[in-house]
Amino acid sequence: MTDVYSRAGNAADPPSLSPDYVGTRTRSPKQPLVIIPQTLSEITGPVYGHSDVSPEEADLTRQHAGEPLGERIIVKGRVLDEAGRPVPNTLIEIWQCNAAGRYIHVVDQHPAPLDPNFTGAGRVVTDADGNYQFVTIKPGAYPWGNHPNAWRPAHIHYSLFGPSFLTRLVTQMYFPGDPLFPYDPIFNSVTDPKARERMVSRFDIETTRPDWALGYIFDFVLRGPKGTPMENRDFTDQD
Amino acid sequence: MPGRTPSQTVGPFLHIGLTGQYGFREVFHATVADPGMPGSHIRIEGRLIDGNGNIMPDAMVEIWQADSQGRYPHPADGRPLASNSFRGFGRCATAKDGGYAFATVKPGSVPGPDGSTQAPHINVGIFARGMLKRLFTRIYFAGDPANASDPILALVPPDRRDTLMAKPDPNSPNVWRFDIRVQGGADETVFFDA
Repeated sequence: MTDVYSRAGNAADPPSLSPDYVGTRTRSPKQPLVIIPQTLSEITGPVYGHSDVSPEEADLTRQHAGEPLGERIIVKGRVLDEAGRPVPNTLIEIWQCNAAGRYIHVVDQHPAPLDPNFTGAGRVVTDADGNYQFVTIKPGAYPWGNHPNAWRPAHIHYSLFGPSFLTRLVTQMYFPGDPLFPYDPIFNSVTDPKARERMVSRFDIETTRPDWALGYIFDFVLRGPKGTPMENRDFTDQD
Repeated sequence: MPGRTPSQTVGPFLHIGLTGQYGFREVFHATVADPGMPGSHIRIEGRLIDGNGNIMPDAMVEIWQADSQGRYPHPADGRPLASNSFRGFGRCATAKDGGYAFATVKPGSVPGPDGSTQAPHINVGIFARGMLKRLFTRIYFAGDPANASDPILALVPPDRRDTLMAKPDPNSPNVWRFDIRVQGGADETVFFDA
């Protein structure tokens, strides 16, 4: 059976074991993955769309009685596949800490304040051209226990589905020029510097709204069809 | 051509955005099939265990499966479903004891590569702190005669196939147990690359 989805792009992902990120040492398989063909069970996947979201879920600053503290931002972009085609009508879920670097989560007990006006969760569905947009506040950096004086660069967690089980992506979006990049083992678990850059949003003055919010652009590239030029450059057809 | 966006860990705070425990409206559930759904109703229950033998109370399990006739609610399948309300997808965060549970129907056999037939199975995605990308495994049902000719099981070393078999719970009818060892020795769960 011929693959439907490209395998070459998987090289952009980090390895399961990245020892500087201590948690991976006991949560990565030691046995090799079993390579299997892409069957009907893999080229299908959950279908969730516009009827599953509410418009206000794309604005994380309006989910409580008052407005959250912090730097209001607009984050927008497109979801594409490796062939450059838009991925329409696909669900995006996000979550993040507040401007002080504190998550509402019970596991986060570090000494920074919670914000009663901020949960830090949102969702949106891409439009017919693959566009999405959120309004939120810029998350803060925060300490974690991975190694002495460990701090995570500011980031927003993203979860995307795409058209099949194989296009599922959970990742993190970072902000340009963060001084913590060289010290973060999660960011640096992606070994290809060009692939790392694809996790960093860019500031955009056109997206920035006067007197209201800074604008950032972040595009996603999900796993795409087999036979894209990117793949053919690296591999001959192995089927 | 654009390069792929790399995967990153879901982290320990996934519940804020993905499972509704912090007040954000839930879209996904651990109930894949309500009682009225056609098919044989089952529960899948298990625990996630790490390389130190510790349970994983901060993980998330997602499942994707066909309906009782082996059909997927997706355009790439396109065959009529037993029920149009069947969506085939479930999500469950693990509990303090590392456990997860899904209420669903047993999937039917599914078409496989080159005219073959796949035994009833459920695709599983696992996400957690300490996992930089999703782990993908499959749940099969121990004792199903179709397992013997399943084209995917045939690719798994025989001595590892048992890690993919859900076992009937001797104490609870219609409950199948499926523990997932993300790192281990011979008992490490088989994970796939498709």
